[in-house]
Amino acid sequence: MSVGLSHYLILGSLLFAISVIGIFLNRKNVIILLMAIELMLLAVNMNFIAFSHYLNDIAGQVFVFFILTVAAAESAIGLAILVLLFRNLRTINVDDLDQLKG
Amino acid sequence: MESQADIHTVMMIFQDFVFYGLAAILLFAGVRVITARNPVHAALFLVLAFFTAAGIWLLLEAEFLAIALVLVYVGAVMVLFLFVVMMLDINLDKLREGFWKALPVALPIGILMAAEMVMILGSKHFSSEMITAPAPRPAGYSNTAELGRQLYTDYLLPFELASVVLLVAIVAAIALTLRERKDSKFIDPAEQVRVKRADRVRIISMPAEKELPPVTEAVAEKK
Repeated sequence: MSVGLSHYLILGSLLFAISVIGIFLNRKNVIILLMAIELMLLAVNMNFIAFSHYLNDIAGQVFVFFILTVAAAESAIGLAILVLLFRNLRTINVDDLDQLKG
Repeated sequence: MESQADIHTVMMIFQDFVFYGLAAILLFAGVRVITARNPVHAALFLVLAFFTAAGIWLLLEAEFLAIALVLVYVGAVMVLFLFVVMMLDINLDKLREGFWKALPVALPIGILMAAEMVMILGSKHFSSEMITAPAPRPAGYSNTAELGRQLYTDYLLPFELASVVLLVAIVAAIALTLRERKDSKFIDPAEQVRVKRADRVRIISMPAEKELPPVTEAVAEKK
């Protein structure tokens, strides 16, 4: 069976499921949470590019371009907040982040 | 004619081989990212995941994005991740506490999600009979040029907005982490310009003072 669109989509969905499991497992470690989000975005981008290739429409690749831009901005700000958090609390444990008493 | 068809078949088999190999590496790297004990290892496995994903994107003829993924993600974002991970002095044992306790919840949810999506995506609607692979691009076709043409014509406004998003990210990241030294000496020009006469000179009214006679030794002795 030759590789078709569904193979790429299934690969993307498996990657997405792995990162969801990762968010459950690493619910205390903010760094790994950010990495799991990056992995999710990668899975989404995989879908966009697969559809772009098989439907012969370059718009999907343009969207991936924007997703990469926004994801880079997101991780830069996320890491900045992480550094600030560690500087103030000396920890990145999610359980200790209860300053807002939510 | 016969041999050309043969070459085509061999090419397809080779592509399948590459796809399955890269997919296996990608899934392995993904699993290691979420289970690695050391965040540095997790970041390095994420780098591996991005590299293999770039390979798969090359298979899908998205050359520009594949290179951009390696340059932007591996080159910039992941280096930033590694910097932060190595800068922080974190207690791993505390963070790993109850790591496997969530597995009974996480695994069924993950498997359920994956199974549902595989059932939908593996159905005949997405099969290669319904959506056939496009013909290979002619030699000389440039994915980068085509993408650039789209970006600077149809998607010009989103492109400009993306640059604003990046600017906001720069400003936010610097503003959040900027730490001013308390003992540094510097001149604030705004404060210099804003200064008023009243801030510097204070005019007070007081009675004129008489000059006291000099205190001589005789006077002091009399007292």
